[in-house]
Amino acid sequence: MVERRPLLNALSHGVMLVGVLVVAFPVYLTFVASTHTAQEIIQAPMPLLPGDQFLHNYAAVLTGSERGPGSGAPVGRMMWVSLVSALVIAIGKIAISLLSAFAIVYFRFPFKQVVFWMIFVTLMLPVEVRIFPTYQVISDLGMLNSYAGLTIPLIASATATFLFRQFFMTVPDELVEAARVDGAGPMRFFKDVLVPLSATSIAALFVIQFIYGWNQYLWPLLVTTNENMYPVVIGIKRMISGGEAAQQWNLVMATAMLAMLPPALIVIFMQRWFIKGLVDTEK
Amino acid sequence: MAAEKRVVFRSGWLPWALVGPQAAVILVFFFWPAAQTLLQSIQRQDAFGTSTEWVGFANFAQIFSDPSYLASFKTTALFSVLVAVVGIAVSLLLAVFADRVIRAALVYKTLLIWPYAVAPAVAGVLWLFMFAPSVGVVSYALHRAGVDWNHLLNAGDAMTLIVMAAVWNQVSYNFLFFLAGLQSIPKSLIEAAAIDGARPWRRFWTIIFPLLSPTTFFLLVINIIYAFFGTFGIIDAATEGGPGKETAVLVYKLYFDGFKALDLGGSAAQSVVLMAIVIGLTVIQFRFIESKVNY
Repeated sequence: MVERRPLLNALSHGVMLVGVLVVAFPVYLTFVASTHTAQEIIQAPMPLLPGDQFLHNYAAVLTGSERGPGSGAPVGRMMWVSLVSALVIAIGKIAISLLSAFAIVYFRFPFKQVVFWMIFVTLMLPVEVRIFPTYQVISDLGMLNSYAGLTIPLIASATATFLFRQFFMTVPDELVEAARVDGAGPMRFFKDVLVPLSATSIAALFVIQFIYGWNQYLWPLLVTTNENMYPVVIGIKRMISGGEAAQQWNLVMATAMLAMLPPALIVIFMQRWFIKGLVDTEK
Repeated sequence: MAAEKRVVFRSGWLPWALVGPQAAVILVFFFWPAAQTLLQSIQRQDAFGTSTEWVGFANFAQIFSDPSYLASFKTTALFSVLVAVVGIAVSLLLAVFADRVIRAALVYKTLLIWPYAVAPAVAGVLWLFMFAPSVGVVSYALHRAGVDWNHLLNAGDAMTLIVMAAVWNQVSYNFLFFLAGLQSIPKSLIEAAAIDGARPWRRFWTIIFPLLSPTTFFLLVINIIYAFFGTFGIIDAATEGGPGKETAVLVYKLYFDGFKALDLGGSAAQSVVLMAIVIGLTVIQFRFIESKVNY
């Protein structure tokens, strides 16, 4: 603090509190809506305090026992699809990127620069702009409605490769020399020295990529036509497709809460890695 | 790029095996589709997909003479400027005040970072629910206050709704970068100015804001890229491009024309235009990062 200004400090706290409340309000309302009956919500204004239907609503959406006008597939299954996809995207991306970054930094081989630039170019184009031909490839390979179709095209980007390349460049050469003197081959060095050293980068990247994978929307919208393979984010959209007033908003909002929970928990409890990941992936 | 390791391993086949998985994935799911997009943008298929002819730049001529495509450009420009400017202003305000109350800043940080974790489509649903004309709490309050909110009929309301949802979704990101930027400004500069008698308001505009300009510029580019490509879920969930086509940004129109209207050549041409835009933005961003290193 530069100087004492009690008034300004009070103002600071005031602004921050208002900010936090405004940011939290949509989620509070979602939670409240998920604890009432559909009837209570439709009668405007809806109640602003939690109701007593919490267990009933969440049990109903998780098992899919109450079918609304839109889709009524069990959300439990959707959460599972989202979890598997997010894990495959995060782990898959990290694994192939570690390997290729290792090759690019620690080996000399013909066309290395070409390979490097090929990977580099993928940074530039998000999946949205090449979406139809990618869809075509997936459909030709018979990968619609499968985990492979949901995940592999999203692994095809180089953010992680660059992050690891950047990090490997900072690893002191003495470590490689020492490993070679001790008779370790390249894979031994990779497994016993490089990967353990990269642990924080891996954790940071995992958080970012997990959220990225869990929150995917446009791509799953195209490649999943079967209720059984909907990730939960798609499930919500399918639930509200029957028009605004006719909704069982209590169930939609319970599903929304469930869809937000896993990534929000990861962000809050892995805050340190989350922030590191955000900062690193933008460099 | 010139930096090389002094010590390298030697092997003829191992590096290829190591880059193999990534190379395979990007060849099949990146380069092949990207090449197809370029190819399709200068071809036209008949209605049954049986014959394909080369049409040169006819697809581009067609989309640029389509008034709805040009309108979508305007929509996207307005939307991305609003998202970037409002988002940056709000998060800068929060970050500046959070930075003043150092001890509590950590708590506020935790309370502000989680919207990043909310999927854009879910954010769209949340905001839709608050502002839905018949059941929404906020639309009810607005109605009582005499504001006739209906984003299903009024294009301005629809645009406001998606801008609010997009800003909300992105506020954590901007906030974190601003807070980091503020905390890296040397305290001695601020103290010197305070001793010279500059009050907080003056210090903000003459010292803090100029020193934050690299962060602000970086966030400007990131937010525009976000508004272009990251907000599809918000728009699809909250307005579906409506009321008519007033919130159909370029990515939304691309999806609509390709998957609902099945116009392959036209949507490939739209993809190519988007590619050009995103490459342009990325180049600006890289250039800027290079220049930042220098000072």
